[in-house]
Amino acid sequence: MRRNNRKKISIPSKLILLVMSVICILFIFLSYAFDIDAGPVKVAAGYIFTPMQTGIGKVGNRIYERLEKYAGMSEVYDENIALKEEINELKKEVNDLKIAQYDVNELRSLLALDNTYAEYNKVAASIVGKDSGNWFDSFLINRGEKDGLSVGMNVIADNGLVGIITETGPNFAKVTSVIDDTTGVSAMVLSSANNCIVNGSLESMDSDGTIVFSGLNDTAGVVMVGDQLVTSYISSEYNPGILIGYITEIHTNSNKLTKSGHLKPAVDFEHLKYVYVITDMKETY
Amino acid sequence: MLRNIALGCGVILLFVLQTTLLKDISFLPVTPNLLIILTSSVGFMRGRKAGLWAGFFCGLLMDIFYGELLGIYALFYMWAGYANGKLCRYFYPQDIKLPMSAIAFSDLGVNILIYFFLFLFRGRTSFLFYFINIMVPELVMTLIFMIGLYFVILKAFEFFNGLEKRSA
Repeated sequence: MRRNNRKKISIPSKLILLVMSVICILFIFLSYAFDIDAGPVKVAAGYIFTPMQTGIGKVGNRIYERLEKYAGMSEVYDENIALKEEINELKKEVNDLKIAQYDVNELRSLLALDNTYAEYNKVAASIVGKDSGNWFDSFLINRGEKDGLSVGMNVIADNGLVGIITETGPNFAKVTSVIDDTTGVSAMVLSSANNCIVNGSLESMDSDGTIVFSGLNDTAGVVMVGDQLVTSYISSEYNPGILIGYITEIHTNSNKLTKSGHLKPAVDFEHLKYVYVITDMKETY
Repeated sequence: MLRNIALGCGVILLFVLQTTLLKDISFLPVTPNLLIILTSSVGFMRGRKAGLWAGFFCGLLMDIFYGELLGIYALFYMWAGYANGKLCRYFYPQDIKLPMSAIAFSDLGVNILIYFFLFLFRGRTSFLFYFINIMVPELVMTLIFMIGLYFVILKAFEFFNGLEKRSA
């Protein structure tokens, strides 16, 4: 007894583990049930980390780009960038035209919706950091509440939907991408206006670079491989008419009523560096 | 005190590296988990309590910026740090076998926990797919990066040990 007393008084590590575990579990449930976040801690951390990530990202990009150029492919590299830009431009143009045409033919008279996403108000942002693990696909951008961003705003890149803002700090925002395993987007086939749900999938993204769609009601069989999927008019979170991707595979479900399959996202998530945030929120009633 | 400040700087540095540079290197198929290397090393070098706290702060950073649920990574990394702390009495700086296997098991353990709670609970049942395509590549990549990073951590550990002995 006496010997114990002479030792330095310290809290046993088992007790710390127990208490901290309980605190963590409590926070997990709170954030699950009430959608709370780290509040002031997040704000402070944002001010420390966002500038650092931006800086290191810039330096890294510069080194990386130089390395690629010194590999003896500088011409090819420049040309490639120019061509890619051109392709994106053209894709965007084609898509805009298609949407506009569709609107003219079918919906303008009914719904008076003549928005194509070229007309949305946008804020440009660059990606400063990506999810540290290999399980999820979310990233941080260098714009936040100060720039007028808020949770629920849609994020696009040159030619398609990237994701949605799920968290904001004063000077950063977290974007959860459409290829993230937890995301679901209400979509429609551009050519026939059939609705379906697009879900991100780590499994299918890892095997062939696609994500999945399901619940497509197409008894007439008009939906083909290669058709474009865009965000639907009935989505509660996404502005209508933003290109998500191209169908690569369709199969009929065992209930013979709905179809599901795979689609290739329009955005190249591997090399994504800059995005646009659409500051017009979808109006829900 | 000085030791903890250095550890804090290490956590910040590795987190920033892992979310920027290592993500931009497109020829790496997966990102190595530098933070588990740090958590685990602190665990078996300095014991349960230090490992626990190192893990908690590493996890908390991930939670704040990238997590869906606040506290879940903090919890997993804290457990990893604590478990590694139990190996403290078997740790000898000359022997690399223990650090290597401890880090490997920690990385795998944390990933299995993530799979179980964040994927299996949402009906993603193909464990084998995730094991082969996510966990094993990450494990290999982490061990490759560990070879360099471990010796830096070890040098820092020995430096602070010497510093404390001198001041005592």
